[in-house]
Amino acid sequence: MPDELFIQATGLRKVFGSIRAVDGVDLAVRPGEVLGFLGPNGAGKSTTMRMITGFLEPTAGSVRICGIDLERDPLGAKQRIGYLPEGAPVYPDMTVREFLWFIARARRYRGAEAASRIDGVVRRLQLAGVLDQPVETLSKGFKRRVGLAQAILHDPPVLILDEPTDGLDPNQKHEVRTLIRDMAGRKAIVLSTHILEEVDAVCTRAVIIDRGRVVFDGTPADLDAKAPASVERNRLDHVFRSLTTGEGAGRGGRAGDAGTRATSGAGHA
Amino acid sequence: MSTTIAVFRREFGAYFNTPLAAVFLVIFLFLAGLFTFNLGAFYDRGQADLRPFFQFHPWLYLFLVPAISMRLWAEERRTGTIELLTTLPLSLRDLVLGKFLAAWAFAGVALALTTPLWITVSWLGDPDHGVIAAAYLGSLLMAGAFLAIGACLSALTKNQVIAFVLCVVVCFLFLLSGFGIVLDFFSGWMAEPLVRAIASLSVLTHFESMSRGVIDARDLLFFASTIVVFLVLNAILIDWKKAS
Repeated sequence: MPDELFIQATGLRKVFGSIRAVDGVDLAVRPGEVLGFLGPNGAGKSTTMRMITGFLEPTAGSVRICGIDLERDPLGAKQRIGYLPEGAPVYPDMTVREFLWFIARARRYRGAEAASRIDGVVRRLQLAGVLDQPVETLSKGFKRRVGLAQAILHDPPVLILDEPTDGLDPNQKHEVRTLIRDMAGRKAIVLSTHILEEVDAVCTRAVIIDRGRVVFDGTPADLDAKAPASVERNRLDHVFRSLTTGEGAGRGGRAGDAGTRATSGAGHA
Repeated sequence: MSTTIAVFRREFGAYFNTPLAAVFLVIFLFLAGLFTFNLGAFYDRGQADLRPFFQFHPWLYLFLVPAISMRLWAEERRTGTIELLTTLPLSLRDLVLGKFLAAWAFAGVALALTTPLWITVSWLGDPDHGVIAAAYLGSLLMAGAFLAIGACLSALTKNQVIAFVLCVVVCFLFLLSGFGIVLDFFSGWMAEPLVRAIASLSVLTHFESMSRGVIDARDLLFFASTIVVFLVLNAILIDWKKAS
């Protein structure tokens, strides 16, 4: 049922000069789904997310958020989205408290309601200890948490997270993943990542794009099943490479050759 | 409305979160004092008015106002926060107006800190308070016009220095558009009515009459329409090119 879709992107296309950054991407996400958005650098992941959140205007195609057309009612659609842009930009000279108050006011909360919203995310992301510190003095992990706090302050039905765990240490990665898992259920979540194990760890669905087109859309188990049985380690890496570079294409002719490379060659990230 | 205020509060606070506010206010007051007492010969004239103070405002603003406006959009672009800002449920009007009003209010604070001069001159003699009030209004409107120009130009780049230089140049042209230095460039090849139209855009001429205490609807209209035109242009620029 189309009205059950929280995110519905149809025929998204974005052209920068002569470069087709995104070339006809369709994406439909239901509540409860955590979609892992994968692809090599420059494949169009961030551009797609920027079009879904209304930062970039698509050259062609449309986006509906909870049934609301982004072009026709941008504020209504944006009210339902929580967005963590790549690199989690936050105003560096504001304190965490000032920043969260700004976000709350921008999202039309006032007084007690704003205070309780802020309280909620501060507790959830354990920001109490740094509330009065300027953001620029915080560690990368804390900065990311502040970025996540602003994204979930209004408890949005749609969450778009661009590389939420990038550059974090293993403990911080674990924390962020736990948070995402806890929030899944009633929300539609899209997160982009370079870490394939993350898909296994938190996602219910994986979409791989390459050169602006969707080359895989299925469950993490489907993705795993695409690797030949001969591949024992880094099976997802193997599938990813074969889908995006054509190297050792699935069950095709070069499978054996690539299989060896996948197991003995390229090490872990 | 409440969302415009949210943007306003953040921007206004941003001036005071960094040393910018303190540095700016000190330099503004120092230069205003220097011009008034040295170049303007405040005491030697023996007249109880603030002419020596106001006559240098256009030149003071030429370099100081771009310093307030240059960060408005360029900084958002450089730090990437423009992506955060424009994906919040805020309209372009909220963003453009909130930022402009915050910068204008900050300029207003700087101007308000010069009121001890007004008190001094009232203590020394018996000035025409109406003239001084009109001059303050004219000065504030001129700051607003320069800020609107600066905000608009700041939207063009992520480099604050470029935003500053562009703003100084454009404000300079506006300041002197009624004078030979600018008009000579246009007269000769441009139709006479057009040259006269350019001449009527002179900020200096419009400010001069207000600083003498004459509040003319045409001067008010000039400043108001300059502000509106550049804010609309600012909104168009941001809408057209959000990403760098």
